[in-house]
Amino acid sequence: MAALRSLGSGPRLRSARAALAAVLVSTAAPALAQTVAITGGRVVLGDGTAPIDGGTVVIANGRVVAAGRGVTVPAGATVVDAQGRWVTPGIVAGFSRMGLVEVDAVNPTNDVSAANSPFSAAIDVAPAINPENASIAVNRAAGVTRAIVAPGASRSIFAGQGALIDLGADMQPVTRRRLFQFVEFGEEGATQAGGSRPSAHVLLRNALREAGELRVPISSGGARAGGQPVPPEDVEENPSVITGNTRRDDVLLTRFDAAALVPVVQGRQFLLIHVERAADILQALALKREFPRLRLILVGATEGWRVAREIAAAGVPVIANALNDLPASFEQLAATQSNIGRMRQAGVQVGIGMINDDEARQVRVETQYAGNLVAITRVPGHTGLSWDEAFAAITARPAEAFGLGGEIGSLRPGRRGDVVIWSGDPLELSSNVEAVWIDGVRQPLENRQTRLRDRYRRPQEGDLPHAYDPRD
Amino acid sequence: MRVLSTDPRLRFAAVASLTAAALIGCASGRTEAQSAAAPPPAAKAAPPRYTPPADPYPSTYRPYPSTPTAITGATIFDGEGARIENGTLVMVDGRIQAIGGPDTPIPEGATRIDGSGRWVTPGIIDDHSHLGDYPSPGVEAHSDGNEATNPVRPEVWAEHSVWPQDPGFTRALANGGVTTLQILPGSANLFGGRSVVVRNVPARTVQAMRFPGAPRGLKMACGENPKRVYGARNTMPQTRMGNVAVMRATWQRAVEYRERRARDPNTPRDLQMDTLVEVLEGRMLVHNHCYRADEMAIMLDMAREFGFRIASFHHAVEAYKIADLLRDSGTCASMWADWWGFKMESYDAINENIPMVHAAGACAIVHSDDPNGIQRLNQEAAKALADGRRMGIRISDEEAWRWLSLNPARALGIENETGSLRVGKRADVVLWNGNPYSVYTRPQQVWIDGALLYDMNNPRLRPVTDFELGQPGEGDVK
Repeated sequence: MAALRSLGSGPRLRSARAALAAVLVSTAAPALAQTVAITGGRVVLGDGTAPIDGGTVVIANGRVVAAGRGVTVPAGATVVDAQGRWVTPGIVAGFSRMGLVEVDAVNPTNDVSAANSPFSAAIDVAPAINPENASIAVNRAAGVTRAIVAPGASRSIFAGQGALIDLGADMQPVTRRRLFQFVEFGEEGATQAGGSRPSAHVLLRNALREAGELRVPISSGGARAGGQPVPPEDVEENPSVITGNTRRDDVLLTRFDAAALVPVVQGRQFLLIHVERAADILQALALKREFPRLRLILVGATEGWRVAREIAAAGVPVIANALNDLPASFEQLAATQSNIGRMRQAGVQVGIGMINDDEARQVRVETQYAGNLVAITRVPGHTGLSWDEAFAAITARPAEAFGLGGEIGSLRPGRRGDVVIWSGDPLELSSNVEAVWIDGVRQPLENRQTRLRDRYRRPQEGDLPHAYDPRD
Repeated sequence: MRVLSTDPRLRFAAVASLTAAALIGCASGRTEAQSAAAPPPAAKAAPPRYTPPADPYPSTYRPYPSTPTAITGATIFDGEGARIENGTLVMVDGRIQAIGGPDTPIPEGATRIDGSGRWVTPGIIDDHSHLGDYPSPGVEAHSDGNEATNPVRPEVWAEHSVWPQDPGFTRALANGGVTTLQILPGSANLFGGRSVVVRNVPARTVQAMRFPGAPRGLKMACGENPKRVYGARNTMPQTRMGNVAVMRATWQRAVEYRERRARDPNTPRDLQMDTLVEVLEGRMLVHNHCYRADEMAIMLDMAREFGFRIASFHHAVEAYKIADLLRDSGTCASMWADWWGFKMESYDAINENIPMVHAAGACAIVHSDDPNGIQRLNQEAAKALADGRRMGIRISDEEAWRWLSLNPARALGIENETGSLRVGKRADVVLWNGNPYSVYTRPQQVWIDGALLYDMNNPRLRPVTDFELGQPGEGDVK
């Protein structure tokens, strides 16, 4: 009953249902979402507002009902005492490869990119997400509840379509599939485009042209009655792939790839652009003037601070690496840990993500990264983030960047019931995660790593080898 | 997998054979120059003899000027496990002159620094870095860490690849409080070459960084990397047993070479064997990249078989499984706090590795292997400490500082010079603007040999490398 053990060190359950709840948590199958009231803790809403001491968070039917002071505990709710503890929304990883990789260097377990695939933009990560990846459980135990998952590019600047996933212990990991198209636009884009940035620019424009020429009528799968755009994940299959429209001869993209870009051209799907260099950022922003319906998000943006006003003016959100401070490449010469703080100060909507930074396994360090952005506020010359804003940078801000602020990333009423109880300040290195709910379901925190730890508390064998150690 | 090839831990894959050829050419050039400079034959009867200098690339490092300085009112971790509240630390002539409570005498005229609310620790020592031999920017022309042309390359020296203008050194100083580091060759080879221990001071030459008197190390590597690099070329080693066989054959050659040289001083000099003989004679320490518990145990036996000592197993993610063996052999484990899963041999890493090794009585070290990680080794220790405490391992903050300075100093053979704030040692000191185990803390000032080389309040004490001059972001906070 390792799950019980972790409960024992965490918040004390105190209703008549406590024992039952604990049993449910310890079983492998996810429990149904219950009505839970977490009381007495320091509540962080996650949207950049200040923590609320002695607050209550109520989740029911998988959603947040209320969070704050003076919240009534509904009758029959399971009450979790969180006095002396912090209660927050789960961490939202703003860029990751979570669920796509078991062991990076073991190719059959690595679904990030497909060097020999004939397809690019059409690739959709959703079917590859494995909720039983060790990394899902490891990061869940560290308080990460949702992740933006992007494919990796190979043989094209277009990597394919990414998803929002949850890190729950169940077999339905995908929250939103085909949420965005991911494109490489800097040094990597140049490489994928055959060797130069100009080539990447032409390829991008040509791809958008080919998508436009598919002439998919929006009504045939692009809009709901009333004119509301339908998110691409709700469209079963793009009709342009199915119908027999003939295409011109001078096309580069496969029909599937061109069709996948139709929602991008129509502004129904985000275009997430990886770009680092200041000059490249300006070129990415310029795309909006050419293709006004594009819904751009930048990721990386190591030199974003140098063109922060332009990014802010364009209203394009940014998912940035938090602590890049080395000229790791010639497109990151101006790297500084003040990047996010300076962009934010200039009015850019910016959250933290991890691109090319162990993002298949280590998104759990985002709390540490956010804490470091608070640390630099005490170093003269640096621009960091306030604590409240730093926490929002790993919860509400990435959610908002992807248009999901109403769904995840905060404890405002109506958001999904992704809640974490921490032993202390969640950004501090000494704090532990004590309990996690995803969609209102209490989650197990046990994983391979905790099992190995427990097996080797005493390294020497006993009367039998470790392989026979009792498993409870 | 392109994403992988940019991963620093797998950088061996990016080695260019062009670079290798250039290095070989350079090395033979040096040998010729030395031969030409050798003294002429003295006696008629004696055959021509060349006696190589004991240290052909000697350190030219000199401590920078310092003023007598006293930090008062600080919480001090002395690095040996002691903690002093309201403590005073006095640095004079580049050395620790006194450490103690508020009544510690302060020399007249000393610069006084109010350390109240702040922490003082020994400078951090990273015993596993590739700064300079895989510098920033990480372009192919800078890929100088792996001479992956043969699995046995003990003749190469990491210091001959180090680019002192790597901006990474300055970040490790200003953000990380790192005052000493070991730069190692990569792990493509079973015998990767000699390591070098350097002071973290900006310099024109690597010799001006070399830690005077610090022994060089020999980098060895177990496991996946060598067998993958050479196995892929259908050459030995292709398997873990092949790794061990080639290692043993090489050590056997070294043993025989040593005996032959003892019998006949005119035995032709072998630069590969020279390195290994230094190890066999105890003048050079082995630093062994080795992830898995079972492989570490085999390496310990190999060390006994041939009579050498392994100072530390690096990236020892499974050290917790054999912490008792490490304790009994006196071998350290250099570890990350939480890296895992990037390759098969790192799959069983756990967050509690470091405290579990420490709790078993073995020597635990926090290392980076990374130009970013080296900036936050104090934070890595803090995470490990917290994870250990959660499983019930009680280690005090001051005791855990050993992982960051004294234990790596021991593994590098420099513990008499640095690694703790003992009187007489080099004044390698960090004043932190808070508890160094807090994520909200940064180095306020860093001294190396008593010379103030970083001060967060003084932009003039913010080092800027040649590479950064005239570039966007020059002189910025980093």
